[in-house]
Amino acid sequence: MMKGVIKDFLNGLWNENPTFRLVIGMCPTLAVTTNAVNGVAMGLAAAFVLVGSNAMISAMRNFISPKIRMPAFVVVIASFVTIVGMVMKAFLPALDRSLGIFIPLIVVNCIIMARAEAFASKQPVLNSIADGLGMGLGFTLALVMLGSIRELLGNGTIFGLNVFGASYEPALLIIMPPGAFITLGLLIGLINLLTRKSKESSVKEGDRQ
Amino acid sequence: MSATRLFYIIVSGILVNNFLMSRFLGICPFLGVSKKVETAFSMGIAVTFVMGMASVVTYIVQYALLEPLGLEYLQTIAFILVIATLVQFVEMVIQKTSPTLYRALGIYLPLITTNCAVLGVTLLNMQYTYNLIESLVNGIAGALGFTLAIVLFAAIREQMEFAPIPESMKGFPIALVSAGLMSLAFLGFQGLVK
Repeated sequence: MMKGVIKDFLNGLWNENPTFRLVIGMCPTLAVTTNAVNGVAMGLAAAFVLVGSNAMISAMRNFISPKIRMPAFVVVIASFVTIVGMVMKAFLPALDRSLGIFIPLIVVNCIIMARAEAFASKQPVLNSIADGLGMGLGFTLALVMLGSIRELLGNGTIFGLNVFGASYEPALLIIMPPGAFITLGLLIGLINLLTRKSKESSVKEGDRQ
Repeated sequence: MSATRLFYIIVSGILVNNFLMSRFLGICPFLGVSKKVETAFSMGIAVTFVMGMASVVTYIVQYALLEPLGLEYLQTIAFILVIATLVQFVEMVIQKTSPTLYRALGIYLPLITTNCAVLGVTLLNMQYTYNLIESLVNGIAGALGFTLAIVLFAAIREQMEFAPIPESMKGFPIALVSAGLMSLAFLGFQGLVK
């Protein structure tokens, strides 16, 4: 029992990492990772919604008729997103402003819907919470990695700490939109290269939404 | 005044603040449904349809329903439900009136509910406090920009089919890098609109 819960948690953290392995939830990944702090905030906000909605949907899985499950999931997810939005507006207004509309847009983050549909609607509550936590932290990990790299190259800092010294000429392009695409592409390519050597499994391209 | 403002919104939506290339809204279909030019174009048309309608309907919901009742905090929930219903409705109407169009767009329509460009444009309309006409124009211009970018990207990807790409870069990584180079080109429009 406990083993299964831990396995579900670790699954999302790396084996099925939403960003590097499944390549879903790309909009916030690309948009907010101009620095590491934004990455942490966005990742944790999404993780909270994931855990909450997974727990709720899993608890209600026997009461929701399959025909109306999609709208039901959407309402649950939107409620948690609203909670996150309100809390952030009240306690972290500066961060809320820099994340902008990407906080309400967590509603349409494919990761959350995908986990509700593929996992939480079929599994017990505890496993669903573990899955949500794993996926959420996996997402956070990816955002922090991407955010740190972009902040380091584009601004010479990590989490606001100056790393390269004053003489560093920042590569502004990396924090601009093209840098997001290129950095993430190269990062996924690098991870593929490293994992392919140990195991024959690269990110397969799929026609998923 | 009004006409220039609308013109600004159109240029900004299609080129300068392109939804895909500089705002990062709607990336999922951008990467998922961009292997063939025709399917990318169909997706673009379907999105244009829904984004235009969603802009108008959410405007009405916001100013006729949520604000008078003091329920602004329900914005996210209300908008996503409106969009989901709208997509379902559009799907049914197309199915009844034009089976050919339905066959062409059919599978893409349900996907649009979770396209963040649609919810994104409605939230941006509210943020910029656009009026009804401006919201509609912004929705359609944004969607046309989406169509432009996804069709161009699909054309690039069609060519890439035969390119010798390193094994680890195949699929998503190379797609992301080429999207980055496209985005670089769109960056050239910056400064066109204040």
